Amino acid sequence: MKTVLVVTLGAAIVNNVVLSQFLGLCPFLGVSKKIKTAAGMGGAVIFVMTLASLVCSIIDKFILKPANLEYLNTIVFILVIAALVQFVEMFLKKNVKSLYNALGVYLPLITTNCAVLGIAIKNAQTGYNILLSTLNGTFTAAGFAIAIIIMAGIREKIEYNDYPESFKGQASVLIAAGLMAIAFFGFSGLI
Amino acid sequence: MNKPLERLYNGIIKENPTFVLMLGMCPTLAVTTSAINGIGMGLSTTVVLALSNLLISILRKVITDRIRVPSFIVVVASFVTMVQFLLQAYVPAIYSALGIYIPLIVVNCIILGRAESYASKNPPIPSLFDGIGMGLGFTCSITIIGAVRELIGSGTVFGFNIIPIKDVAAGTHGYIPISIIVLAPGAFFVLGIIMAIINRVKLNNIKKGRKVYEANCKESCFGCPHSNICLNSASETKVINSNKANE
Repeated sequence: MKTVLVVTLGAAIVNNVVLSQFLGLCPFLGVSKKIKTAAGMGGAVIFVMTLASLVCSIIDKFILKPANLEYLNTIVFILVIAALVQFVEMFLKKNVKSLYNALGVYLPLITTNCAVLGIAIKNAQTGYNILLSTLNGTFTAAGFAIAIIIMAGIREKIEYNDYPESFKGQASVLIAAGLMAIAFFGFSGLI
Repeated sequence: MNKPLERLYNGIIKENPTFVLMLGMCPTLAVTTSAINGIGMGLSTTVVLALSNLLISILRKVITDRIRVPSFIVVVASFVTMVQFLLQAYVPAIYSALGIYIPLIVVNCIILGRAESYASKNPPIPSLFDGIGMGLGFTCSITIIGAVRELIGSGTVFGFNIIPIKDVAAGTHGYIPISIIVLAPGAFFVLGIIMAIINRVKLNNIKKGRKVYEANCKESCFGCPHSNICLNSASETKVINSNKANE
């Protein structure tokens, strides 16, 4: 129980995937203009990352490890994730229309999200079992959702503020992300 | 257009992947805690980029259009695995400092971007030099960011002491390092300020009426490597909004 708590809390807040591990920055900077799109992206990432960590850890445990092929994990994981995203998109489009309408447009963008591959590799390297890997995936993605939604809120507010022309666009976003990272530092004593 | 030297110039200065195109942000922020890490990451990426560009360009007539992205990923992932082994064997210090960011070179958008937009359409030799140029551009920029962060954050560059550090125990006066710059928030601040400086230069250029990049393409700006330097580019979420509108 204690390990579960440490893994989940650590993944979601203390070692926040965007603000302290720098994974998944492209969507964090790219699709954080409005709270609504940010929430959609966050939801899609939670969905895909949970599935991807589950599938990758199963493959790692039952195929790669017994065959002593761990060194192939980069190649295998990236292909599995790319295929998985495609399958999920097709499946949702056909069977779960409502979920597809909510998340569909974000799914293709997720293949290029380095956080998904990063977490799969991290799970394999730290040697988490299947349950812990899946939990780690879900809560890391939850941390991503928290960060991107807060960021979208900040961006909606600062859009109408008067600040130097040169800081318009990405520069102001990066400075705001830095301040958020300092705030998240406060959690570092938690576990 | 396709001369080797021109490709090198294009990669290092004109279309610098970090400062101009804003690609590959994750490693740029994550590994630049010191200049030496920046060089290590930059050179590893350069090797992968040059070799994968070369191989993709050789295979460009074999790979059919429908399966090109998975094929590119397999090529890139194989080279990344090789580089990972080489680093682990010969420079274990760099290997452990860069950690998880070495396998993540696979998803670096610079590499797939160049494969897609250059190597799959051009002959092998220019593609090789395009990869080397882009890689060196990336190396230069992240080494500069690494050096700035290391200098402010610990007073050293490449591990050599540049500014005398204040040492309370020895009673010497000097610089007190701002250690937050080498921690996670500092990465965002340094890159944010660098971006602001670049914006400033760009705005000055526009004011003076100098030529800036303006594409006359009709494609969507999303995923276009020039969207950051192009005047036509609207918001990054253009594609998403247009998709929404289609529904």
